[in-house]
Amino acid sequence: MSEFSDLYQDLILDHQKNPRNFGELPGANHHADGYNPLCGDKIALDLKLNGEGVIEEVKFKGSGCAISKASASMMTMALKGKKVAEAEKMFSQFHDMVMGKEGAKTTDLGKLKVFAGVRDYPARVKCASLAWHTLEAALHDEKQVISTEDGEG
Amino acid sequence: MKTKVKPHKPAKPSNNGKRPAGFDVAKIRKDFPILKEKVHGRPLVYLDNAATTQKPLSVIEALESYYRTYNSNIHRGVHLLSVKATDAYEAARVKAQKFLGAADAREIIFTRGATEGINLVAQTWGRQNVKAGDEILVTNMEHHSNIVPWQMLCEEKGATLKVIPINDAGELIKDEFHRLLTPRTKLVAVAHVSNALGTVNPIDKIIRVAHEMGAKVLVDGAQSVPHLAVDVQALDCDFYVFSGHKIYGPTGIGILYGKYALLDSMPPYQGGGDMISSVTFEKTLYKKPPHKFEAGTPHIAGVIGLGAALDYVTQTGLGDIAAHEQDLLVYGIQKLKEIQGLQLVGTAAHKAGVLSFTLGEIHPHDIGTILDRQGVAIRAGHHCAQPVMERFRIPATARASLGLYNTREEIDALAKAVKKVIEVFR
Repeated sequence: MSEFSDLYQDLILDHQKNPRNFGELPGANHHADGYNPLCGDKIALDLKLNGEGVIEEVKFKGSGCAISKASASMMTMALKGKKVAEAEKMFSQFHDMVMGKEGAKTTDLGKLKVFAGVRDYPARVKCASLAWHTLEAALHDEKQVISTEDGEG
Repeated sequence: MKTKVKPHKPAKPSNNGKRPAGFDVAKIRKDFPILKEKVHGRPLVYLDNAATTQKPLSVIEALESYYRTYNSNIHRGVHLLSVKATDAYEAARVKAQKFLGAADAREIIFTRGATEGINLVAQTWGRQNVKAGDEILVTNMEHHSNIVPWQMLCEEKGATLKVIPINDAGELIKDEFHRLLTPRTKLVAVAHVSNALGTVNPIDKIIRVAHEMGAKVLVDGAQSVPHLAVDVQALDCDFYVFSGHKIYGPTGIGILYGKYALLDSMPPYQGGGDMISSVTFEKTLYKKPPHKFEAGTPHIAGVIGLGAALDYVTQTGLGDIAAHEQDLLVYGIQKLKEIQGLQLVGTAAHKAGVLSFTLGEIHPHDIGTILDRQGVAIRAGHHCAQPVMERFRIPATARASLGLYNTREEIDALAKAVKKVIEVFR
Protein backbone atom coordinates (compact mmCIF):
# COMPACT_ATOMS: atom_id res chain seq x y z
CA MET A 1 0.00 0.00 0.00
CA SER A 2 2.88 2.33 0.76
CA GLU A 3 3.76 2.60 -2.93
CA PHE A 4 0.61 4.65 -3.53
CA SER A 5 0.60 6.67 -0.32
CA ASP A 6 2.43 9.57 -1.97
CA LEU A 7 -0.75 10.24 -3.94
CA TYR A 8 -3.52 8.50 -2.07
CA GLN A 9 -2.69 9.79 1.39
CA ASP A 10 -5.03 9.03 4.27
CA LEU A 11 -6.14 12.65 4.44
CA ILE A 12 -7.07 12.61 0.75
CA LEU A 13 -8.93 9.32 1.08
CA ASP A 14 -10.77 10.65 4.10
CA HIS A 15 -11.96 13.75 2.21
CA GLN A 16 -13.08 11.74 -0.81
CA LYS A 17 -15.11 9.46 1.41
CA ASN A 18 -16.50 12.26 3.59
CA PRO A 19 -16.35 15.48 1.59
CA ARG A 20 -16.69 18.62 3.74
CA ASN A 21 -18.83 21.62 2.82
CA PHE A 22 -20.73 19.46 0.39
CA GLY A 23 -23.96 20.83 -0.98
CA GLU A 24 -25.49 24.03 -2.27
CA LEU A 25 -25.09 27.39 -0.57
CA PRO A 26 -28.28 29.44 -0.27
CA GLY A 27 -27.48 33.12 -0.59
CA ALA A 28 -24.26 32.53 -2.52
CA ASN A 29 -23.13 35.56 -4.53
CA HIS A 30 -20.52 33.83 -6.69
CA HIS A 31 -20.82 30.59 -8.59
CA ALA A 32 -18.95 28.60 -11.22
CA ASP A 33 -19.08 25.14 -12.76
CA GLY A 34 -16.13 22.93 -13.58
CA TYR A 35 -16.30 19.88 -15.78
CA ASN A 36 -13.66 17.58 -17.18
CA PRO A 37 -15.61 15.60 -19.75
CA LEU A 38 -12.87 13.07 -20.32
CA CYS A 39 -12.80 11.92 -16.69
CA GLY A 40 -16.32 12.94 -15.89
CA ASP A 41 -15.16 15.06 -12.95
CA LYS A 42 -17.82 17.65 -12.15
CA ILE A 43 -17.92 20.44 -9.61
CA ALA A 44 -20.42 23.20 -8.88
CA LEU A 45 -18.91 25.80 -6.55
CA ASP A 46 -20.84 28.37 -4.49
CA LEU A 47 -19.18 31.26 -2.66
CA LYS A 48 -20.46 33.92 -0.33
CA LEU A 49 -18.24 37.00 -0.15
CA ASN A 50 -18.94 39.81 2.31
CA GLY A 51 -18.50 43.51 1.66
CA GLU A 52 -14.82 43.39 2.66
CA GLY A 53 -14.04 40.73 0.10
CA VAL A 54 -13.77 37.95 2.66
CA ILE A 55 -14.98 34.46 1.74
CA GLU A 56 -17.54 33.80 4.45
CA GLU A 57 -19.01 30.57 3.15
CA VAL A 58 -18.10 28.12 0.43
CA LYS A 59 -19.75 24.91 -0.67
CA PHE A 60 -19.35 22.50 -3.53
CA LYS A 61 -21.29 19.75 -5.19
CA GLY A 62 -20.09 17.27 -7.70
CA SER A 63 -18.78 13.87 -8.53
CA GLY A 64 -15.52 12.51 -9.77
CA CYS A 65 -12.32 10.76 -8.89
CA ALA A 66 -10.78 10.70 -5.42
CA ILE A 67 -8.24 13.38 -6.25
CA SER A 68 -10.75 15.88 -7.66
CA LYS A 69 -13.22 15.35 -4.83
CA ALA A 70 -10.67 15.54 -2.04
CA SER A 71 -9.09 18.59 -3.63
CA ALA A 72 -12.45 20.39 -3.77
CA SER A 73 -13.31 19.40 -0.21
CA MET A 74 -9.98 20.52 1.24
CA MET A 75 -10.06 23.70 -0.80
CA THR A 76 -13.40 24.73 0.68
CA MET A 77 -12.00 24.23 4.19
CA ALA A 78 -8.91 26.28 3.42
CA LEU A 79 -10.85 29.15 1.86
CA LYS A 80 -13.19 30.01 4.70
CA GLY A 81 -12.37 33.37 6.21
CA LYS A 82 -9.76 34.17 3.56
CA LYS A 83 -9.67 37.39 1.56
CA VAL A 84 -9.93 37.14 -2.20
CA ALA A 85 -6.28 38.17 -2.57
CA GLU A 86 -5.24 35.42 -0.14
CA ALA A 87 -7.33 32.88 -2.03
CA GLU A 88 -5.69 33.93 -5.30
CA LYS A 89 -2.27 33.51 -3.73
CA MET A 90 -3.18 30.02 -2.51
CA PHE A 91 -4.43 29.15 -5.98
CA SER A 92 -1.14 30.24 -7.48
CA GLN A 93 0.94 28.31 -4.91
CA PHE A 94 -1.24 25.21 -5.30
CA HIS A 95 -0.92 25.41 -9.05
CA ASP A 96 2.89 25.72 -8.92
CA MET A 97 3.11 22.85 -6.45
CA VAL A 98 1.08 20.31 -8.45
CA MET A 99 2.77 21.37 -11.68
CA GLY A 100 6.10 20.60 -10.01
CA LYS A 101 7.41 24.09 -10.68
CA GLU A 102 11.01 24.61 -9.63
CA GLY A 103 11.23 26.47 -6.33
CA ALA A 104 7.47 26.51 -5.81
CA LYS A 105 6.45 28.19 -2.57
CA THR A 106 3.94 26.40 -0.36
CA THR A 107 3.98 28.80 2.56
CA ASP A 108 0.24 29.51 2.49
CA LEU A 109 -0.98 26.03 1.70
CA GLY A 110 -1.04 24.33 5.10
CA LYS A 111 -2.76 20.95 4.84
CA LEU A 112 -3.13 21.38 1.09
CA LYS A 113 0.53 20.37 0.84
CA VAL A 114 -0.79 16.81 0.98
CA PHE A 115 -1.38 17.21 -2.79
CA ALA A 116 2.33 17.68 -3.50
CA GLY A 117 2.54 14.04 -4.62
CA VAL A 118 0.31 14.84 -7.60
CA ARG A 119 3.31 16.32 -9.42
CA ASP A 120 4.62 12.79 -9.92
CA TYR A 121 1.36 11.80 -11.63
CA PRO A 122 1.18 14.18 -14.61
CA ALA A 123 -2.06 12.60 -15.85
CA ARG A 124 -3.76 13.57 -12.59
CA VAL A 125 -2.74 17.22 -12.25
CA LYS A 126 -5.93 18.26 -14.01
CA CYS A 127 -7.98 16.37 -11.40
CA ALA A 128 -6.33 18.15 -8.48
CA SER A 129 -6.55 21.57 -10.07
CA LEU A 130 -10.15 21.50 -11.34
CA ALA A 131 -11.62 22.85 -8.09
CA TRP A 132 -9.09 25.68 -7.99
CA HIS A 133 -9.68 26.75 -11.58
CA THR A 134 -13.40 26.68 -10.83
CA LEU A 135 -12.75 28.93 -7.84
CA GLU A 136 -10.85 31.33 -10.09
CA ALA A 137 -13.85 31.41 -12.42
CA ALA A 138 -16.27 31.96 -9.54
CA LEU A 139 -14.23 34.87 -8.20
CA HIS A 140 -14.25 36.47 -11.64
CA ASP A 141 -17.89 35.61 -12.31
CA GLU A 142 -17.09 33.67 -15.45
CA LYS A 143 -20.16 32.03 -16.89
CA GLN A 144 -18.35 29.48 -19.02
CA VAL A 145 -17.92 25.96 -17.65
CA ILE A 146 -14.29 25.45 -16.66
CA SER A 147 -12.21 22.49 -17.78
CA THR A 148 -8.64 21.54 -17.01
CA GLU A 149 -8.33 19.00 -19.77
CA ASP A 150 -8.04 19.46 -23.49
CA GLY A 151 -10.86 17.09 -24.22
CA GLU A 152 -10.21 14.14 -26.44
CA GLY A 153 -13.19 12.14 -27.67
CA MET B 1 -21.80 -14.31 -56.12
CA LYS B 2 -23.81 -12.98 -53.19
CA THR B 3 -26.00 -15.95 -52.46
CA LYS B 4 -26.45 -17.12 -48.90
CA VAL B 5 -24.64 -14.87 -46.49
CA LYS B 6 -22.62 -16.83 -44.02
CA PRO B 7 -23.09 -15.26 -40.60
CA HIS B 8 -19.95 -13.74 -39.22
CA LYS B 9 -19.36 -15.02 -35.77
CA PRO B 10 -16.27 -14.73 -33.67
CA ALA B 11 -14.56 -17.91 -32.62
CA LYS B 12 -16.66 -19.31 -29.82
CA PRO B 13 -14.92 -19.99 -26.53
CA SER B 14 -15.83 -23.65 -26.92
CA ASN B 15 -12.31 -24.88 -26.37
CA ASN B 16 -12.94 -25.22 -22.64
CA GLY B 17 -9.96 -23.19 -21.63
CA LYS B 18 -7.62 -24.88 -24.05
CA ARG B 19 -5.43 -22.50 -25.95
CA PRO B 20 -5.26 -22.75 -29.72
CA ALA B 21 -2.70 -25.26 -30.88
CA GLY B 22 0.10 -23.89 -33.01
CA PHE B 23 -0.29 -20.38 -31.62
CA ASP B 24 2.90 -19.58 -29.76
CA VAL B 25 2.31 -16.41 -27.80
CA ALA B 26 5.86 -16.44 -26.38
CA LYS B 27 7.21 -16.37 -29.91
CA ILE B 28 4.77 -13.65 -30.93
CA ARG B 29 5.83 -11.48 -28.00
CA LYS B 30 9.38 -11.53 -29.30
CA ASP B 31 8.14 -9.80 -32.45
CA PHE B 32 7.10 -6.72 -30.43
CA PRO B 33 10.16 -4.88 -29.08
CA ILE B 34 8.13 -2.62 -26.77
CA LEU B 35 6.91 -5.56 -24.71
CA LYS B 36 10.40 -5.76 -23.17
CA GLU B 37 9.99 -2.25 -21.75
CA LYS B 38 9.45 -1.62 -18.07
CA VAL B 39 7.09 1.01 -16.65
CA HIS B 40 7.59 2.28 -13.10
CA GLY B 41 10.16 -0.49 -12.76
CA ARG B 42 7.61 -3.20 -13.54
CA PRO B 43 7.22 -5.34 -16.65
CA LEU B 44 4.78 -3.68 -19.04
CA VAL B 45 1.36 -5.35 -19.10
CA TYR B 46 -0.21 -3.64 -22.09
CA LEU B 47 -3.98 -3.96 -22.03
CA ASP B 48 -4.95 -0.82 -23.91
CA ASN B 49 -5.12 -2.36 -27.36
CA ALA B 50 -8.51 -0.91 -28.21
CA ALA B 51 -6.89 2.54 -27.96
CA THR B 52 -3.89 1.55 -30.03
CA THR B 53 -1.84 -1.59 -30.54
CA GLN B 54 1.91 -2.08 -30.35
CA LYS B 55 3.92 -2.60 -33.51
CA PRO B 56 5.80 -5.72 -34.58
CA LEU B 57 9.36 -5.42 -35.79
CA SER B 58 8.25 -6.13 -39.36
CA VAL B 59 6.14 -2.94 -39.36
CA ILE B 60 8.87 -0.84 -37.77
CA GLU B 61 11.36 -2.18 -40.31
CA ALA B 62 9.02 -1.55 -43.24
CA LEU B 63 8.77 2.12 -42.23
CA GLU B 64 12.49 2.37 -41.71
CA SER B 65 13.33 0.63 -44.96
CA TYR B 66 11.10 3.03 -46.92
CA TYR B 67 12.70 6.11 -45.39
CA ARG B 68 16.23 4.69 -45.56
CA THR B 69 16.28 3.14 -48.99
CA TYR B 70 13.47 4.27 -51.33
CA ASN B 71 11.80 7.38 -49.89
CA SER B 72 10.19 9.12 -52.83
CA ASN B 73 6.86 10.50 -53.97
CA ILE B 74 4.40 8.21 -55.72
CA HIS B 75 2.51 8.29 -59.03
CA ARG B 76 4.75 11.07 -60.33
CA GLY B 77 8.42 10.47 -60.80
CA VAL B 78 10.04 8.61 -63.62
CA HIS B 79 13.02 7.77 -61.47
CA LEU B 80 13.64 4.41 -59.87
CA LEU B 81 12.88 5.33 -56.26
CA SER B 82 9.51 6.77 -57.20
CA VAL B 83 8.68 3.61 -59.09
CA LYS B 84 9.66 1.51 -56.08
CA ALA B 85 7.62 3.67 -53.70
CA THR B 86 4.59 3.57 -56.02
CA ASP B 87 4.87 -0.20 -56.30
CA ALA B 88 5.05 -0.64 -52.54
CA TYR B 89 2.12 1.77 -52.04
CA GLU B 90 -0.10 0.02 -54.55
CA ALA B 91 0.99 -3.41 -53.28
CA ALA B 92 -0.35 -2.40 -49.85
CA ARG B 93 -3.68 -1.59 -51.51
CA VAL B 94 -3.86 -5.12 -52.86
CA LYS B 95 -2.99 -6.47 -49.39
CA ALA B 96 -5.88 -4.50 -47.90
CA GLN B 97 -8.18 -5.71 -50.67
CA LYS B 98 -7.32 -9.34 -49.93
CA PHE B 99 -7.51 -8.75 -46.19
CA LEU B 100 -11.09 -7.49 -46.48
CA GLY B 101 -12.11 -9.88 -49.24
CA ALA B 102 -12.92 -7.00 -51.59
CA ALA B 103 -13.56 -7.79 -55.26
CA ASP B 104 -11.28 -5.08 -56.61
CA ALA B 105 -8.26 -3.14 -55.30
CA ARG B 106 -9.85 0.06 -56.63
CA GLU B 107 -12.41 -0.30 -53.85
CA ILE B 108 -9.71 0.42 -51.24
CA ILE B 109 -9.17 4.09 -50.33
CA PHE B 110 -6.35 5.13 -48.03
CA THR B 111 -7.48 7.53 -45.32
CA ARG B 112 -6.00 8.91 -42.12
CA GLY B 113 -8.04 6.41 -40.12
CA ALA B 114 -11.55 5.15 -39.47
CA THR B 115 -12.67 8.66 -38.52
CA GLU B 116 -11.63 10.12 -41.84
CA GLY B 117 -13.21 7.20 -43.69
CA ILE B 118 -16.57 7.93 -42.07
CA ASN B 119 -16.25 11.67 -42.69
CA LEU B 120 -15.36 11.02 -46.30
CA VAL B 121 -18.54 9.00 -46.85
CA ALA B 122 -20.64 11.56 -44.96
CA GLN B 123 -19.25 14.49 -46.95
CA THR B 124 -19.43 12.85 -50.38
CA TRP B 125 -22.00 10.09 -50.60
CA GLY B 126 -23.97 11.64 -47.75
CA ARG B 127 -24.15 15.14 -49.20
CA GLN B 128 -25.13 13.75 -52.56
CA ASN B 129 -27.79 11.33 -51.36
CA VAL B 130 -29.23 12.46 -48.03
CA LYS B 131 -32.03 15.00 -48.26
CA ALA B 132 -34.42 16.82 -45.95
CA GLY B 133 -36.75 14.35 -44.24
CA ASP B 134 -34.38 11.41 -44.70
CA GLU B 135 -33.13 9.42 -41.75
CA ILE B 136 -29.77 7.98 -40.74
CA LEU B 137 -29.66 5.15 -38.23
CA VAL B 138 -26.83 4.72 -35.76
CA THR B 139 -26.66 2.66 -32.57
CA ASN B 140 -26.44 3.65 -28.93
CA MET B 141 -22.99 2.06 -28.71
CA GLU B 142 -21.23 4.03 -31.44
CA HIS B 143 -17.91 5.76 -30.97
CA HIS B 144 -18.20 9.54 -31.37
CA SER B 145 -16.57 9.19 -34.78
CA ASN B 146 -19.62 7.29 -36.04
CA ILE B 147 -22.08 9.78 -34.53
CA VAL B 148 -20.75 13.29 -35.07
CA PRO B 149 -20.16 13.16 -38.88
CA TRP B 150 -23.78 12.02 -39.31
CA GLN B 151 -25.07 14.69 -36.94
CA MET B 152 -23.23 17.31 -39.00
CA LEU B 153 -24.70 15.92 -42.21
CA CYS B 154 -28.22 15.74 -40.76
CA GLU B 155 -27.96 19.31 -39.57
CA GLU B 156 -26.83 20.51 -42.96
CA LYS B 157 -29.51 18.59 -44.85
CA GLY B 158 -32.45 18.73 -42.47
CA ALA B 159 -32.31 14.97 -42.06
CA THR B 160 -32.85 13.10 -38.77
CA LEU B 161 -30.45 10.93 -36.81
CA LYS B 162 -32.15 7.95 -35.17
CA VAL B 163 -30.59 5.71 -32.56
CA ILE B 164 -31.03 1.96 -32.17
CA PRO B 165 -31.18 1.32 -28.41
CA ILE B 166 -29.28 -1.40 -26.56
CA ASN B 167 -30.24 -3.71 -23.71
CA ASP B 168 -28.56 -4.05 -20.30
CA ALA B 169 -26.06 -6.54 -21.68
CA GLY B 170 -24.99 -4.02 -24.31
CA GLU B 171 -26.65 -5.73 -27.28
CA LEU B 172 -28.72 -4.04 -29.96
CA ILE B 173 -32.45 -4.48 -29.46
CA LYS B 174 -33.49 -6.22 -32.66
CA ASP B 175 -37.16 -5.28 -32.57
CA GLU B 176 -36.27 -1.62 -32.13
CA PHE B 177 -33.98 -1.80 -35.13
CA HIS B 178 -36.81 -3.22 -37.23
CA ARG B 179 -39.14 -0.53 -35.94
CA LEU B 180 -36.71 2.31 -36.67
CA LEU B 181 -35.74 1.07 -40.12
CA THR B 182 -38.16 2.63 -42.62
CA PRO B 183 -38.17 3.65 -46.28
CA ARG B 184 -36.91 7.03 -45.06
CA THR B 185 -33.70 5.41 -43.76
CA LYS B 186 -30.91 6.27 -46.19
CA LEU B 187 -28.04 4.79 -44.23
CA VAL B 188 -27.34 2.53 -41.29
CA ALA B 189 -23.97 3.31 -39.65
CA VAL B 190 -22.96 0.65 -37.17
CA ALA B 191 -19.87 -0.57 -35.33
CA HIS B 192 -18.91 -4.15 -36.04
CA VAL B 193 -17.46 -4.37 -32.53
CA SER B 194 -18.16 -1.79 -29.80
CA ASN B 195 -15.02 -0.11 -28.45
CA ALA B 196 -16.51 0.53 -25.02
CA LEU B 197 -18.35 -2.76 -24.49
CA GLY B 198 -16.79 -5.29 -26.83
CA THR B 199 -20.18 -6.31 -28.22
CA VAL B 200 -19.97 -8.01 -31.63
CA ASN B 201 -22.95 -6.77 -33.60
CA PRO B 202 -24.79 -9.07 -36.04
CA ILE B 203 -23.86 -6.89 -38.98
CA ASP B 204 -24.63 -9.60 -41.55
CA LYS B 205 -28.28 -9.53 -40.53
CA ILE B 206 -28.32 -5.74 -40.20
CA ILE B 207 -26.94 -5.34 -43.72
CA ARG B 208 -29.45 -7.80 -45.20
CA VAL B 209 -32.45 -6.17 -43.54
CA ALA B 210 -31.23 -2.64 -44.32
CA HIS B 211 -30.75 -3.52 -47.98
CA GLU B 212 -34.27 -4.94 -48.17
CA MET B 213 -35.45 -1.51 -47.04
CA GLY B 214 -33.24 0.22 -49.61
CA ALA B 215 -30.75 1.68 -47.13
CA LYS B 216 -26.99 1.59 -47.48
CA VAL B 217 -24.79 0.34 -44.65
CA LEU B 218 -21.48 1.69 -43.35
CA VAL B 219 -19.63 -0.55 -40.90
CA ASP B 220 -17.10 0.89 -38.47
CA GLY B 221 -14.55 -1.91 -38.27
CA ALA B 222 -11.96 -0.14 -36.10
CA GLN B 223 -12.43 -2.64 -33.26
CA SER B 224 -13.23 -5.72 -35.33
CA VAL B 225 -10.46 -6.20 -37.90
CA PRO B 226 -7.77 -6.97 -35.28
CA HIS B 227 -9.98 -9.67 -33.74
CA LEU B 228 -12.06 -11.41 -36.38
CA ALA B 229 -11.95 -12.18 -40.08
CA VAL B 230 -13.96 -9.87 -42.32
CA ASP B 231 -15.24 -10.57 -45.82
CA VAL B 232 -16.91 -7.48 -47.24
CA GLN B 233 -18.31 -9.39 -50.21
CA ALA B 234 -19.93 -12.07 -48.07
CA LEU B 235 -21.27 -9.34 -45.79
CA ASP B 236 -22.39 -7.30 -48.80
CA CYS B 237 -21.72 -4.07 -46.89
CA ASP B 238 -21.54 -0.83 -48.83
CA PHE B 239 -18.76 0.82 -46.81
CA TYR B 240 -16.32 -0.60 -44.28
CA VAL B 241 -13.72 1.50 -42.45
CA PHE B 242 -10.85 0.77 -40.10
CA SER B 243 -7.70 2.31 -38.63
CA GLY B 244 -4.20 0.97 -39.19
CA HIS B 245 -2.88 1.67 -35.71
CA LYS B 246 -5.44 -0.57 -34.05
CA ILE B 247 -4.24 -3.52 -36.10
CA TYR B 248 -0.52 -3.29 -35.32
CA GLY B 249 0.14 -0.73 -38.05
CA PRO B 250 1.21 2.93 -37.90
CA THR B 251 -0.97 5.80 -36.74
CA GLY B 252 -2.36 8.24 -39.27
CA ILE B 253 -3.36 5.64 -41.82
CA GLY B 254 -6.60 3.75 -42.38
CA ILE B 255 -8.81 2.12 -44.94
CA LEU B 256 -12.15 2.93 -46.45
CA TYR B 257 -13.67 0.13 -48.45
CA GLY B 258 -16.58 1.03 -50.71
CA LYS B 259 -18.39 -0.84 -53.47
CA TYR B 260 -16.90 0.37 -56.72
CA ALA B 261 -20.16 1.55 -58.27
CA LEU B 262 -20.86 3.65 -55.19
CA LEU B 263 -17.37 5.13 -55.09
CA ASP B 264 -17.58 5.90 -58.79
CA SER B 265 -20.87 7.75 -58.32
CA MET B 266 -19.58 9.86 -55.44
CA PRO B 267 -18.12 13.35 -55.78
CA PRO B 268 -14.49 13.84 -54.70
CA TYR B 269 -13.70 14.47 -51.02
CA GLN B 270 -10.78 16.89 -51.21
CA GLY B 271 -9.41 18.59 -54.26
CA GLY B 272 -5.73 18.70 -55.10
CA GLY B 273 -2.92 16.88 -56.78
CA ASP B 274 -3.04 13.18 -57.64
CA MET B 275 -6.87 13.15 -57.80
CA ILE B 276 -7.28 14.81 -61.17
CA SER B 277 -6.83 13.68 -64.72
CA SER B 278 -6.66 17.21 -66.10
CA VAL B 279 -6.95 20.72 -64.74
CA THR B 280 -7.79 23.93 -66.54
CA PHE B 281 -9.31 27.03 -64.98
CA GLU B 282 -12.50 26.27 -66.88
CA LYS B 283 -12.95 22.62 -65.97
CA THR B 284 -11.16 19.96 -63.99
CA LEU B 285 -11.59 16.28 -64.71
CA TYR B 286 -11.24 13.87 -61.81
CA LYS B 287 -9.56 10.53 -61.75
CA LYS B 288 -11.50 7.36 -61.13
CA PRO B 289 -11.55 5.71 -57.68
CA PRO B 290 -9.50 5.17 -55.66
CA HIS B 291 -7.30 8.09 -56.74
CA LYS B 292 -10.27 10.45 -56.89
CA PHE B 293 -10.34 10.25 -53.08
CA GLU B 294 -6.61 10.49 -52.43
CA ALA B 295 -5.72 14.13 -53.01
CA GLY B 296 -2.23 15.30 -52.17
CA THR B 297 0.84 13.32 -51.22
CA PRO B 298 -0.49 10.58 -48.94
CA HIS B 299 1.07 8.97 -45.89
CA ILE B 300 3.23 6.71 -48.06
CA ALA B 301 5.26 5.28 -45.17
CA GLY B 302 2.05 4.65 -43.25
CA VAL B 303 0.51 2.78 -46.16
CA ILE B 304 3.60 0.61 -46.50
CA GLY B 305 3.65 0.02 -42.73
CA LEU B 306 -0.02 -0.90 -42.77
CA GLY B 307 0.68 -3.38 -45.55
CA ALA B 308 3.32 -4.99 -43.34
CA ALA B 309 0.88 -5.08 -40.41
CA LEU B 310 -1.80 -6.79 -42.50
CA ASP B 311 0.82 -9.31 -43.63
CA TYR B 312 1.74 -9.95 -40.02
CA VAL B 313 -1.86 -10.55 -38.96
CA THR B 314 -2.59 -12.69 -42.01
CA GLN B 315 0.51 -14.81 -41.51
CA THR B 316 -0.26 -15.28 -37.82
CA GLY B 317 -3.80 -16.24 -38.80
CA LEU B 318 -6.93 -14.44 -37.71
CA GLY B 319 -8.57 -17.72 -36.78
CA ASP B 320 -5.82 -18.50 -34.26
CA ILE B 321 -5.71 -14.89 -33.06
CA ALA B 322 -9.47 -14.93 -32.46
CA ALA B 323 -9.29 -18.25 -30.59
CA HIS B 324 -6.39 -17.03 -28.44
CA GLU B 325 -8.11 -13.76 -27.61
CA GLN B 326 -11.43 -15.46 -26.88
CA ASP B 327 -9.62 -17.74 -24.45
CA LEU B 328 -8.17 -14.67 -22.75
CA LEU B 329 -11.52 -12.91 -22.76
CA VAL B 330 -13.32 -15.81 -21.14
CA TYR B 331 -10.49 -16.22 -18.62
CA GLY B 332 -10.53 -12.48 -17.93
CA ILE B 333 -14.28 -12.37 -17.39
CA GLN B 334 -13.97 -15.25 -14.96
CA LYS B 335 -11.05 -13.64 -13.08
CA LEU B 336 -12.68 -10.23 -12.84
CA LYS B 337 -16.03 -11.65 -11.78
CA GLU B 338 -14.30 -13.20 -8.76
CA ILE B 339 -13.43 -9.72 -7.50
CA GLN B 340 -16.02 -8.50 -5.06
CA GLY B 341 -17.58 -5.17 -5.99
CA LEU B 342 -16.42 -5.34 -9.59
CA GLN B 343 -19.12 -4.79 -12.17
CA LEU B 344 -18.53 -5.76 -15.79
CA VAL B 345 -20.05 -3.30 -18.24
CA GLY B 346 -21.00 -5.00 -21.49
CA THR B 347 -21.94 -8.62 -21.05
CA ALA B 348 -23.12 -9.46 -24.56
CA ALA B 349 -23.21 -13.09 -25.60
CA HIS B 350 -20.89 -12.25 -28.49
CA LYS B 351 -17.92 -10.18 -27.42
CA ALA B 352 -14.43 -9.50 -28.68
CA GLY B 353 -11.38 -8.02 -27.04
CA VAL B 354 -12.84 -5.75 -24.36
CA LEU B 355 -13.20 -6.02 -20.58
CA SER B 356 -14.92 -2.85 -19.37
CA PHE B 357 -15.68 -2.54 -15.68
CA THR B 358 -16.46 -0.33 -12.72
CA LEU B 359 -15.55 -0.75 -9.05
CA GLY B 360 -18.44 0.72 -7.10
CA GLU B 361 -17.61 4.21 -5.90
CA ILE B 362 -13.98 4.07 -6.96
CA HIS B 363 -13.53 6.29 -9.99
CA PRO B 364 -12.02 4.66 -13.11
CA HIS B 365 -9.26 7.27 -13.20
CA ASP B 366 -8.11 6.25 -9.74
CA ILE B 367 -8.20 2.64 -10.92
CA GLY B 368 -6.15 3.60 -13.97
CA THR B 369 -3.50 5.41 -11.93
CA ILE B 370 -3.02 2.59 -9.43
CA LEU B 371 -2.92 -0.02 -12.20
CA ASP B 372 -0.36 2.05 -14.09
CA ARG B 373 1.97 2.11 -11.09
CA GLN B 374 1.84 -1.69 -11.15
CA GLY B 375 2.81 -1.76 -14.80
CA VAL B 376 -0.71 -2.46 -16.07
CA ALA B 377 -1.77 -0.08 -18.85
CA ILE B 378 -5.53 0.24 -19.33
CA ARG B 379 -7.84 3.02 -20.43
CA ALA B 380 -10.07 4.90 -18.02
CA GLY B 381 -12.75 7.26 -19.22
CA HIS B 382 -15.75 7.39 -21.49
CA HIS B 383 -13.86 5.90 -24.45
CA CYS B 384 -15.23 8.51 -26.85
CA ALA B 385 -18.60 6.86 -26.44
CA GLN B 386 -20.47 9.14 -24.05
CA PRO B 387 -23.93 7.94 -25.13
CA VAL B 388 -22.98 4.41 -24.00
CA MET B 389 -21.87 5.71 -20.61
CA GLU B 390 -25.13 7.63 -20.32
CA ARG B 391 -27.06 4.48 -21.21
CA PHE B 392 -25.45 2.66 -18.28
CA ARG B 393 -25.66 5.77 -16.06
CA ILE B 394 -21.94 5.86 -15.35
CA PRO B 395 -19.43 8.64 -16.04
CA ALA B 396 -16.69 6.29 -17.16
CA THR B 397 -15.35 2.76 -17.05
CA ALA B 398 -11.97 1.16 -16.66
CA ARG B 399 -11.28 -0.80 -19.83
CA ALA B 400 -8.77 -3.58 -20.37
CA SER B 401 -8.56 -4.52 -24.04
CA LEU B 402 -6.76 -7.44 -25.60
CA GLY B 403 -4.24 -7.94 -28.34
CA LEU B 404 -2.73 -11.04 -29.88
CA TYR B 405 0.37 -10.82 -27.64
CA ASN B 406 -1.46 -10.82 -24.32
CA THR B 407 -1.27 -13.80 -21.98
CA ARG B 408 -3.21 -15.36 -19.15
CA GLU B 409 -0.39 -14.29 -16.85
CA GLU B 410 -1.14 -10.69 -17.82
CA ILE B 411 -4.81 -11.19 -16.99
CA ASP B 412 -3.66 -12.47 -13.60
CA ALA B 413 -1.54 -9.33 -13.19
CA LEU B 414 -4.60 -7.23 -14.04
CA ALA B 415 -6.75 -9.00 -11.47
CA LYS B 416 -4.03 -8.68 -8.83
CA ALA B 417 -3.63 -4.97 -9.57
CA VAL B 418 -7.39 -4.40 -9.35
CA LYS B 419 -7.41 -6.05 -5.93
CA LYS B 420 -4.69 -3.61 -4.91
CA VAL B 421 -6.97 -0.72 -5.89
CA ILE B 422 -9.63 -2.03 -3.54
CA GLU B 423 -7.02 -2.33 -0.81
CA VAL B 424 -5.93 1.31 -1.22
CA PHE B 425 -9.53 2.53 -1.03
CA ARG B 426 -10.65 0.24 1.76
